[in-house]
Amino acid sequence: MTSTAKVETKNLNLYYGPNHVLHDVSVQILPNKVTALIGPSGCGKSTLLRCFNRLNDLIVNTKIDGEVLLDGKNIYGNGMDVVDIRRRVGLIFQKPNPFPKSIYDNVTFGLKINGIREKKRIAETVEKSLNDTGLWEEVKDRLNTSALELSGGQQQRLCIARALAIEPEVILMDEPTSALDPAATFKIEELVSQLKKKYTIIIVTHNMQQAGRVSDYTGFLYLGKLIEFGKTNDIFTRPKEKLTENYISGRFG
Amino acid sequence: MRQTFQDNLSELEQDIFTMGEMVCIATNRAVKALKEQDVEEAKRIKHDDKYINEKRWTIEEKCINLIATQQPVATDLRELIAVLNIITELERMGDYAEGIAKIAIKIGDQPHVKPLIDIPRMAEIAIDMINKTLRSYAERDDKTARLICKQDDEVDELYTQVYRELLAIMIEDPRTITMATYLLWTSHNIERIADRVTNICERIIFLVTGEIEENVSKY
Repeated sequence: MTSTAKVETKNLNLYYGPNHVLHDVSVQILPNKVTALIGPSGCGKSTLLRCFNRLNDLIVNTKIDGEVLLDGKNIYGNGMDVVDIRRRVGLIFQKPNPFPKSIYDNVTFGLKINGIREKKRIAETVEKSLNDTGLWEEVKDRLNTSALELSGGQQQRLCIARALAIEPEVILMDEPTSALDPAATFKIEELVSQLKKKYTIIIVTHNMQQAGRVSDYTGFLYLGKLIEFGKTNDIFTRPKEKLTENYISGRFG
Repeated sequence: MRQTFQDNLSELEQDIFTMGEMVCIATNRAVKALKEQDVEEAKRIKHDDKYINEKRWTIEEKCINLIATQQPVATDLRELIAVLNIITELERMGDYAEGIAKIAIKIGDQPHVKPLIDIPRMAEIAIDMINKTLRSYAERDDKTARLICKQDDEVDELYTQVYRELLAIMIEDPRTITMATYLLWTSHNIERIADRVTNICERIIFLVTGEIEENVSKY
């Protein structure tokens, strides 16, 4: 399994100042699969997610030991280009956060800051990214209107399109539907199932049913430890750990 | 803690005990009515099967509602799946008991072709198996569930014995064929009840361990 993992952590420990937040987390994320990270609030799942594109670097007093490997290379190793890592590993946040710009400019933003100016390529990327997120038909006639005029679900899909435009390899999603209604939620979930054909997806969710619906693998974290990791079907029908069972069946957390 | 959901699951468990008890009573009454050639009682048993069927649908509806509204997972989900399977088995067992009552009605007051000793014995073992199974379900005891499957062999042996005996009677005197066939059906019904008990035991093993195990003592 080691050789095929897209993302992998080895004995990952993370400290925010004196707080030991992640304890010896070793996990392998397979390519073109959806992996869900679940656990009660404060268990470290979002922190773990942010390790995958070094977003924790931005938090002062953060100390990390262990390894986070992307295609076998430690992203915390010397000489790694953080900007390149974040291009390869995109992040979708809990609440849609489109820029206060037009729909078109939102999608092209990443391309522009990556120095891509070729108009034809930009136009193609916009159509492709919006198509991949199922948004093209809904917005193709109003690409120049403000992204803030879209509905919450559309905004979130726009944020995903914005991430796709720079052709990442891994997409991280931090509770991407927690601010959306059921219809918009199902659209995002359907999108996740489509996107895994091209990308590796890691999703943090508080919604057990969502984890069950969208993911191939599930990891359960508790107090900063990875308690159990396995195929989603196994985790939700016959978890090995009592703690996992109690959490997913709503007996605590 | 999800107390309400927990209470709902406990209620379902009680429902299974009640339904299991209903099947035991129906089987016992049917074999007794056959032995004592009590046609009126047999008619009542035939009629009463609808209560077992109704109980099954009530339990099934409760399960469906819980699956739809509570999104059970892991043991809770296996519990509900087990309940859905157990009630199907119990309902069929009730049908077998009803079948025996129908045979008693057909036989009426015509004399039996042989004394009824082995058939009530088979029923006794089958009812004992049901009771033990309900206990192992209550205690989530997969080990006992495995042992109950072995008891099915006893019923199967008795069935073979009755079958041979009835065959000999029919060969000896073909005029007994109709009456002997009625008793053959009866013993077959009881044999099937015991088989279905083993299916419930397999469900209990699944509920406790999460593993589906086909029992090895099938006849």
